[in-house]
Amino acid sequence: MTDNATSAAPKTLQTLPGDDIRQIMWRFADRYDLQMIVQSTRAVARGPVARLVAEGGRNTHEWTEGKAELFKHYDEAGITGAILEPEQGGLFASPKNLLFGLIAYELSWVDAGAATASLASNLAFAPIHEKGTEEQKNHYLNAMNPEAGDRQMRGSFALTEPIPYVGVDTGTLGGKVRVAEWNDEGEPMLQVEKRGRFITNMDTASYVTAAVDSDDERIKGSCMIILEEGDEGLFDRGAPTLKLVHQLSSTRDPILNLKVPASRIIGGYTIKDGVIIPNFSHGEIIEAVFRRTRATVGVMTAAKLLSAIEPVIRYQRGRFRGGASTREGTSRYEMGLQQREDSLHRLIDIWATGEAAASFGFETVRLLDDYDVLEKEVDALLAEQGIRGGRGKMKALRAVTKDAIKLIGLRARTGESRDEARQAELEGNPLVRFLLLDAQSNVICPGSKLWNTGYGATMMREALSLMGGYGITEDCPGFLANKWMDAQLEATYEGPEAVQRRQLSLTMTNEVFLALFEQWTRDMRCVASQHPGTGACTLATAMKMWLWTLRHLKVARDANNTKLYNTPRQGVTFPLADALCWILASRQYILDVLELAEKGPENPVVAEGLEGTLNFLMDLGHVQSARAAGEVGRICAELVFGYNRHPAWDDDARGCYGEAEVEGLEGVMPGLEAMADGKAEVLHPDSAKPCKAGPCVHFDGYEAFTQFRTKMDGCLTGSRLAKDRAAHALTQVMIPEALDYPM
Amino acid sequence: MSNGYHIVVCAGIVPDPLQTLEPVQTPQGWGLKNEMMLPAVLDPWASHALYEAANLAKNAPGSKVTLVSVAPKAKLQQVMMTLAQKVPFELVAADAPAGGFTDANDVAAVLAEAIQAIPDLDMANLLLFGGWESASRGAGATMQILGEMLGITEQFQGVDEITVTAEGKLQILERIEGGRHQVSECAGAPVVLGWATGNLPEPKNNPQVGMQNMRTVMPSLQKARPAALSGEDLNYAGIEVPKATRETRIEKNMSADEIAQEIVAWIKG
Repeated sequence: MTDNATSAAPKTLQTLPGDDIRQIMWRFADRYDLQMIVQSTRAVARGPVARLVAEGGRNTHEWTEGKAELFKHYDEAGITGAILEPEQGGLFASPKNLLFGLIAYELSWVDAGAATASLASNLAFAPIHEKGTEEQKNHYLNAMNPEAGDRQMRGSFALTEPIPYVGVDTGTLGGKVRVAEWNDEGEPMLQVEKRGRFITNMDTASYVTAAVDSDDERIKGSCMIILEEGDEGLFDRGAPTLKLVHQLSSTRDPILNLKVPASRIIGGYTIKDGVIIPNFSHGEIIEAVFRRTRATVGVMTAAKLLSAIEPVIRYQRGRFRGGASTREGTSRYEMGLQQREDSLHRLIDIWATGEAAASFGFETVRLLDDYDVLEKEVDALLAEQGIRGGRGKMKALRAVTKDAIKLIGLRARTGESRDEARQAELEGNPLVRFLLLDAQSNVICPGSKLWNTGYGATMMREALSLMGGYGITEDCPGFLANKWMDAQLEATYEGPEAVQRRQLSLTMTNEVFLALFEQWTRDMRCVASQHPGTGACTLATAMKMWLWTLRHLKVARDANNTKLYNTPRQGVTFPLADALCWILASRQYILDVLELAEKGPENPVVAEGLEGTLNFLMDLGHVQSARAAGEVGRICAELVFGYNRHPAWDDDARGCYGEAEVEGLEGVMPGLEAMADGKAEVLHPDSAKPCKAGPCVHFDGYEAFTQFRTKMDGCLTGSRLAKDRAAHALTQVMIPEALDYPM
Repeated sequence: MSNGYHIVVCAGIVPDPLQTLEPVQTPQGWGLKNEMMLPAVLDPWASHALYEAANLAKNAPGSKVTLVSVAPKAKLQQVMMTLAQKVPFELVAADAPAGGFTDANDVAAVLAEAIQAIPDLDMANLLLFGGWESASRGAGATMQILGEMLGITEQFQGVDEITVTAEGKLQILERIEGGRHQVSECAGAPVVLGWATGNLPEPKNNPQVGMQNMRTVMPSLQKARPAALSGEDLNYAGIEVPKATRETRIEKNMSADEIAQEIVAWIKG
């Protein structure tokens, strides 16, 4: 597990990582309930879903019997019922972010549209789950139970509206709500008008959770409201969206104009001075919803990347078999395209990206599970103290900021420096722990969605390219072309990339997060000291560079004396957010491999061949860390220097030596003339200016940055050796004789 | 049947059929390359037996199904994550290599011991189910030896169907040569049935059933004791995988008849 060249060949990967390994890496080895839903979902994905795709089920925008049939499979396999709480007969108690992540992973392994179809109902219910009244939760959970038979309800989440109205990053809504009837004694009846765009599951929806704004002075602000198929008025499912991706999910542009009781306002309402005041605005609700549901989307793209490995290896090995000039037993016959380093190295890049994306995605959903539990505890605690509402909560949390930062340091202490009493005191404060989780989730949630889907889509194209012309045919094993196209939608829905970058540009400067980040950097160095082959040291250097750059940009100004790190300055903030995502994904992958190293020996199945598996996975980590460091270096260098004006001959040449000056100094410093002429800026009066843009840039004030750059270049040492080893493993690893789903 | 049957299904695990199975010499004798790391499934022959057992138990009130498995318990646990969702059963596990290179007599002895240790075992109403063959190595002898060890002399192999008559007798359909079946009738339990494929499809996964089964599956796995499968008396002079040719061609517009005609033409050469 070191990068030093050794004479004996290190053990390497023997088979593709199986369930036992994934359960350890993604931390559900002790959850057999989750392991079972993985298997039942997999059976649906690689059975009915794969057959439908292979039969061309994606080749129409219309809702078909085949697509509808999938819902029955979801119901039978427990996928639909996963949302139910034990009180409704469900098998899983909240939190369920990891559960939904695993379901999405398995379905997306074959077809992400199938995953979207299964998860859209959860998304529809999510506003009710997060902010609904207990009555609303119970009613709709019971209604969604597959055991309700013909009365079973399925939902759609309606936020997006026809252009130029709402996306997810704006508070502007075209959908309207106004009072239709309001008698003195009865409950107010509301008239809701909502036109949706790109609304998933509209073909099967019997209820819609819609975001609307007040169009009546008797209703304050915006809200989300539940509309049902049987309500009085128009429930027009609308025309199918002509999308080119995720065709196994229904997507339509509905037109809804319905009269509903005010009790359908999600989270309820109060009446004050004759005005209906919803307890939650639509903004408050969707913030809570998207924080959770977008994490699952990141997992979906990760699944596609990892699903591509086996088909590509099989294609590479068999590429020349059957040809007249390729005899059995020859290297060309046995190895096919795997004779070529390029094919192997590019596949390693895809695999490393897939691993990092999966680690990042699953870390996010696990973190959200912790967040959900702690948030309830904190809300209860604050309620006891009479603190309600978002503003009060923020104020209470802000008050423990120093404690949270202190706790980060205390957790890191070892040996005699530990202060157990103080640490226990702070650990015992739910507000402190919540603030830490909040700071993390505010970065990691948008980060994993952004990086996994955005860069994941790019790497899916790479996977496709490795299959040659075969890749863009319907016959391509693993449906890789579909997955590439689908990844683009994943990069867009539940908040396109710009939305995630915008959120990151705000949350990544949070002082609690930055304190965590500094600790993580130190942790990576410690990891590197024990596992030098993981690339942790490379990453730690990149992390330091990123932090230095952030701090520099926060105070620096450009050549026009304009502040650099500023919300409208997306050319600065967005790339820096991208760089952070590279770091976080790579870091989490390294941590997951270490988890495997620690827990693997306890499982006899994993223990067999563990050394080789770890060698390979660590090499992947090194490859990915080097790639991440390269991206961070590039982005940071552009941002640090790119906003300075380059010295020009006309203005800045005054800082150059004239030829006469150098001659004069030669008397004081013999030899200076000979040296300066080659290495410094010396202007010769009789000759043209040097053939370049201007005098070279000086690095005064940037010494720390240039040192990071130099150091990081050195830190890449060994990363290509790791890639060579990993590539060699691809030629040796045993794969099944055929894909376990149709094509 | 007032008490119903106690149906004991014997089943091992085998590598997933899609994997390449390459025999290799290991320090413990012959084995399959990377066997512990390959995904495993319940032996398909025994799976049919289990599904038939569950179906019979459902239709014979008071019956229960016990699955007895001799397999590496860590691998068996993974298999259970799928299998436990198929049909209701209780698990009795013994921790031993799977392989396919074990001695049928040794395996039968371990099974016999495990079965005899089942609390409240009702020998008078015992239906002993298993696979007629095995996907790992088809000696086809384990169930017969096991029956003898348990003193059950009524044995049927290659079973495709079992019917309980109105009188409580068992009518059994066994495969014989020439693609035909032989119909036998026996008075009832105890009896050994080595199943062929049966007639039932693989049940769909049902997580509710899975969670129910897990109440006995996990404790059983935790207390599974290592079984003694020494194999000292068994030597293999040579092992090789049968030669097979796999030629894949994708046809999306051929009817079943056309495919059948092409296969017949290919067989006839």
